Amino acid sequence: MAVLRVKFTKTKRDKLAQVLWILNWISVVTGAILFSLGIFLKVELHKQREVMAERDIQYVPNMLIAVGLIACAINFLGGKICYDCVDTTKFLRWKLIMLPYIICTFFFTFCVLVGALMCYCMHGELEESLNLGLTEAMRFYKDTDTPGRCFLKRTVDMLQVQFQCCGNNGYKDWFQIQWISNRYLDMSQKQVVDRLRSNVDGKYLLDGVPFSCCNFNSPRPCIQQQITNNSAHFNYEHQTEELNLWMKGCQQALLEYYTNIMQSIGLTVLITWLFELSVLTGVRYLQTSLENVLRQEDPNSESDGWLLENSFMETARSNLNIIKSLGKGNQIDTAGNGDPNINVPSTSKAHYGPDNVPPKQITEAS
Amino acid sequence: MPFMPVKFNLQKRVKLAQGLWMLYWFSVIAGILIFSLGIFFKIELRKRSEMMDDNESHLVPNLLILAGMLACGFNAFGGKVCHDSLDPMKFSKWKPMLKTYLQLCCGFNILLVLVSLLCFLMQFSVYLTLAEGLSYAIRFYKDTDTPGRCFMKRTLDMTQIEFRCCGNNNFRDWFEVQWISNRYLDMSNDVVKDRVLSNVEGKYLMDSVPFSCCNPGSPRPCIQHHLTNNSAHYDYDHRTEELNIWTRGCREALFSYYSSLMSSIGVLVLFTIVLESVDMAGLKYLSTALETMSEPENPECESEGWLLEKGVKETFSDLLTKLKTLGRTNQVEGGDAPETPAAFASI
Repeated sequence: MAVLRVKFTKTKRDKLAQVLWILNWISVVTGAILFSLGIFLKVELHKQREVMAERDIQYVPNMLIAVGLIACAINFLGGKICYDCVDTTKFLRWKLIMLPYIICTFFFTFCVLVGALMCYCMHGELEESLNLGLTEAMRFYKDTDTPGRCFLKRTVDMLQVQFQCCGNNGYKDWFQIQWISNRYLDMSQKQVVDRLRSNVDGKYLLDGVPFSCCNFNSPRPCIQQQITNNSAHFNYEHQTEELNLWMKGCQQALLEYYTNIMQSIGLTVLITWLFELSVLTGVRYLQTSLENVLRQEDPNSESDGWLLENSFMETARSNLNIIKSLGKGNQIDTAGNGDPNINVPSTSKAHYGPDNVPPKQITEAS
Repeated sequence: MPFMPVKFNLQKRVKLAQGLWMLYWFSVIAGILIFSLGIFFKIELRKRSEMMDDNESHLVPNLLILAGMLACGFNAFGGKVCHDSLDPMKFSKWKPMLKTYLQLCCGFNILLVLVSLLCFLMQFSVYLTLAEGLSYAIRFYKDTDTPGRCFMKRTLDMTQIEFRCCGNNNFRDWFEVQWISNRYLDMSNDVVKDRVLSNVEGKYLMDSVPFSCCNPGSPRPCIQHHLTNNSAHYDYDHRTEELNIWTRGCREALFSYYSSLMSSIGVLVLFTIVLESVDMAGLKYLSTALETMSEPENPECESEGWLLEKGVKETFSDLLTKLKTLGRTNQVEGGDAPETPAAFASI
C-alpha cells in the first residue's frame, strides 16, 4: 500500500519534468542567495570584530555559506536530471543515480533546517561576546599610543556615531573608567591631582563622556562635561534631559542590529527549506512514475507515482533489516568451515510432538 | 556613389541582425542605468537641499530621467525591428517607419550630447549654490526653535560627520557666527554679558566649534572650546594640531562628492552616445541591405548596404537645399509645392 499514490499520464509526466526543471533553476538562485547572505553576515560580523570578544559565532555564517553552495550544486544536478527525464531513453542514464540523489537531498534539507534554527540561537553567544568586547574596548579607549590598540578610540567613536549609542549599557559606563590618557593631563594642576587621589585605583574619573556620545537631534549644543552637575549649565536638568546624549547602550544597539539581520536571514532560509522540500517531493514522484513506466515497457502508458512503495512502517522495517544484514555479512559462518556446499546435519535432537514418533515417509504417487 | 558601401550575403545579414539585436538590448540596459542614475542624483540633491538653500537646479537629473526613458523606448523598438528583420513579412510592417525612427534617433543623440555637456558645466552652478547655502546653514544653526529651520542643526551636524568637514571654508567660519542660541545663555552671567557686548552686532562669539567637527581619529579627546588658546589645554599647539578637528571645509567636501558624481554620469552619457551611434549605423546597414536585395523572393541573394545613399558632401548640400525650400514653401507658390516630398524621400 503505497504512500500518497498519484496516477501520471505521459503528458502529466512531461509537464512535471518541465516544471521541476524550472523550479530547480529557481532553487539554484535561492542557493546563491543563501550563499550571499552568509557572506554578508560574515562581513558584518567582521566589521565589528574589534568590539567583540572571542566567541564561537563564526559557525553560523560558515554554515550558511556551505549550505548555499551545496544547494546550488544539488539543484543544478536536479535541473539537469529533470531536463533529461522528458525523454525515457535519457532517463535510463540517470536511473541508478536518482534514488541516491533523492536520499542525499532529503538529508540535505535537514541541514538547511538546522541552518535556519541556528540563526535564531546565536543570540546568547553574541550578547556575551559584545558585553565583554565593549567593556574591554572602553577600557583601552585612552591607549592610543599602545601598539595594537591605537585605533580602538577611533573604532569606538565611529561605532557610537554610527549606531547612535553611548557606552556599554548606558552613558554612565564612561564615568567609571579613565578615558582621557595621562599624556593629556596636566599633573602639576591641583585639580587633576585631587581627582586622581580621590579613588583607590588612581584613575582620573569624571562625569564626562566622549564627543561621539552627542545626539545631533538635540536643540542645544552638546553638553559633554559635568553631565550630572545641573548648576554647571544654564537651564539644564540631567534627570529629564533625554535628547542631549544617546540614551541607548551600544551592546543593546549592536544586538538589535545583528538580531534583525539574523531574523531576516532565518526567515529566508526557512522559505528556502520549504521550497527545497516541495521540489524534492516532485522529483520523487517523477522518479517513481518513470521507473514504473519502464517496468510496464510502454513509454506512453499511464503509471503510478508515490512517495514510498510500502507504508511508512514497512519501509522503515525493511531498511532496518538491510542495515542489520549489512552488519551480519561481515561475520564468518563457522559451522562448515565456511564452505557452503557441506550439508551440516542438525546436532540437536528433533522433537516430534508428545508421542515423539517420527513421521512416516510418504511416497509420492506418480 | 553610396558612402561606405558593404556587400552582404545571407549569412552576413543574419549575423548583423543578431549582433545588432544584442547591441540594442545592451543599449536598453544602458538607458535603464542612466534613468536610475538620474533618480539617484535627484535624491542626493533633495537630501542636502537645506545645504543649498533650497534653490538648487534640478535640470540635470530631470534631463537624465527623460533621456533614460527615451533611450529605453527607442532601443527596445530598434531591438524589435532587428528581431523581425529576417522575416520579410514582419519587416515590411516596420519598413515605412525606419526613416522617421532614424531621424528621431539622431535628434536623441543631440539631446544626449547636450546632457553630457550640462553634466560637466552645471558643476559650477552646484559650487556656487553650495557656497551660499552653507553660509546660511551655519548662520541658522542655532535657530532650532524657528519653524522651517528646526532641523538645520541636525542636517549640518550629520553633514559634517558624514563628509568629515567643518564649516564653510574651514573651521574658523564657526568663530564668526553665534551658534549657541540665546535660550541656553545665562544672560545674568558677567562673562556672557561681556562677550555679547564685545562686538557691534551683539553676538555671542567664541573660538569654539560644534561637536560634529571632531575627528574620531585624533589620539586625544576632542578639544572643541578655546581652540586658539594654547594655554587652555595641556600640551596643545593649535598651529600644529591637525588631527583634533576636521580641517577640510564642507563646501569643498560636498563639491568634490557632487562633481565626481556628475563627471561619472557625464562619462556614462558619452559612452551611451557612442553606443547609440553604432546602433544607428548598424540599423542603417541592415535596412539598406534588406532593401537592395536583387531578388526579393530568394533570401540567399547578395545585397549591398551603406550609410548614406550619396556621398557626404552631396547629402549635406541636399539637406541644405531642402531646408531652403522648407522656408520657401511658406510663401505662396503653387508650382514648387509637389517637389519637396520627393526631395525628402531621397535620403
